[in-house]
Amino acid sequence: MNPQTTWSFFMDHRDEILGATLDHLTLVIIAMIIAIFIGVPLGMFIVQRPALRTIALGAASIFQTIPSLALFGFLIPIPFIGGIGKRTAIVALVLYALLPILRNTYVGLTGIDPAVLEAAEAMGMTRAQILFRVRFPLALAVILAGIRTATIITIGVATIAAAIGAGGLGTFIFRGVALVSDSLILAGAIPSAVLALLADFLLGLLERRLKVS
Amino acid sequence: MNTKISPAATNRIEFRDVSFHINDILKRLIVSQVSLEIPHGETLVLLGRSGSGKTTLLKLINGMLLPTKGEILVQDRPTTSWDPIRLRRGIGYVIQEAGLFPHFTVAENVGLVPSLESWDAARIAGRVDEMLHLVGLDPREFAHRHPRELSGGQRQRVGVARALAADPPILLMDEPFGALDPVTRAELQREFSALVHRLGKTIVFVTHDLREALLLASRIVLLEAGHIVASAAPQEFLRLEHPEVRAFTSSLTVMPGASA
Ligand SMILES: Nc1ncnc2c1ncn2[C@@H]1O[C@H](COP(=O)(O)OP(=O)(O)O)[C@@H](O)[C@H]1O
Ligand SMILES: [Mg+2]
Repeated sequence: MNPQTTWSFFMDHRDEILGATLDHLTLVIIAMIIAIFIGVPLGMFIVQRPALRTIALGAASIFQTIPSLALFGFLIPIPFIGGIGKRTAIVALVLYALLPILRNTYVGLTGIDPAVLEAAEAMGMTRAQILFRVRFPLALAVILAGIRTATIITIGVATIAAAIGAGGLGTFIFRGVALVSDSLILAGAIPSAVLALLADFLLGLLERRLKVS
Repeated sequence: MNTKISPAATNRIEFRDVSFHINDILKRLIVSQVSLEIPHGETLVLLGRSGSGKTTLLKLINGMLLPTKGEILVQDRPTTSWDPIRLRRGIGYVIQEAGLFPHFTVAENVGLVPSLESWDAARIAGRVDEMLHLVGLDPREFAHRHPRELSGGQRQRVGVARALAADPPILLMDEPFGALDPVTRAELQREFSALVHRLGKTIVFVTHDLREALLLASRIVLLEAGHIVASAAPQEFLRLEHPEVRAFTSSLTVMPGASA
């Protein structure tokens, strides 16, 4: 690997790299928004429902254990959500992102000082008031930590999505592997690593701001 | 029908042959055949060792627990026929370690029940100031702090202010000063006993500390393993011969300087 040639490769193809990075980011953001809108409410819902909790957390864990390439493969033949392209990729990314969000929402909501919850109940707060005014704000930092983990996972897994034609930074990686070109592989790997680090840093910042000690 | 706890009605609390067991396989009896009348304006102290069922009795009053047998009347209505939210909004509650909301400021903690009751902001702010003064905290200094920025004693003061904010006719206190150092505890006990007379509320105060009971109570009820074993005015209580009473009174007579 020659840094000189890699650098000039980057400069020559910067528009393509930037475009792929934006595609990648779009994929991740869409998947994360969907995962948050499913994971957080579901996490709130299972707090009071032990049977559903086991099923939901179990299912989310199973998705996580499926190797990502295999999960993309499984989804292709499924009607409506499957097929080749972005839509299938987003479904798979959502399934991956779900567990950390769901688990942290549940853990955050249930890990609250019992004395605080007892006081809330004794003050005559309704169940909904306790959930939205006490449990949720106190769990927010933990939920956000789950979102941060999920985002980092999704940025990584999204590179594999190129295998089913979803575009993004994975395109360079797969082409680079096929053509045995380090420069091409790095053109996919470096921006994806930078995205992950950036997401980690920014969401970490937000998380610390929301933490209630 | 007015379903709210009303300050005008007599704030009697009555236990009628109440038993409570935990709803598990063992069906362990936590409270057994308790009958007890707490008249309007009384400061009743529930005394007993830890595990004797004191907290359970308090939670039976505000409907956080419902009796297995018998009934508890609050303002002459059984807790089972109260809307639990309405019942609790009319009953102040203070617990050990205060249970303050860590994400709320002192002012938001104190103003919680008034805000749940949809008071307007100006009235809440006025009430919060008034309550903080009442418990000896300067609002200018403390209103905007968070609970983590308070000492243990200050937290308990806020806990008391919060319980009193909506002017509930009934006040339940579960070992409110139990976690404080002895000096702070004595200070809060003294201030609170002065406050009690001004408040004119029906108060049920739980403690395992006989000194505290003697200082605050108009009547002391002693619990042992879920049963009431004694009930008397403070001075009379000291003369009772029941072995569990003796166990408590003998703890008073340890000489200063005597070592075991
Ligand atoms: N939810 C519960 N599950 C199991 N045991 C309980 C529960 N609540 C209370 N107990 C038991 O009931 C007894 C009385 O408890 P409590 O009323 O808290 O006593 P106190 O307040 O006097 O210390 C204790 O032995 C306690 O272990
Ligand atoms: Mg107790």
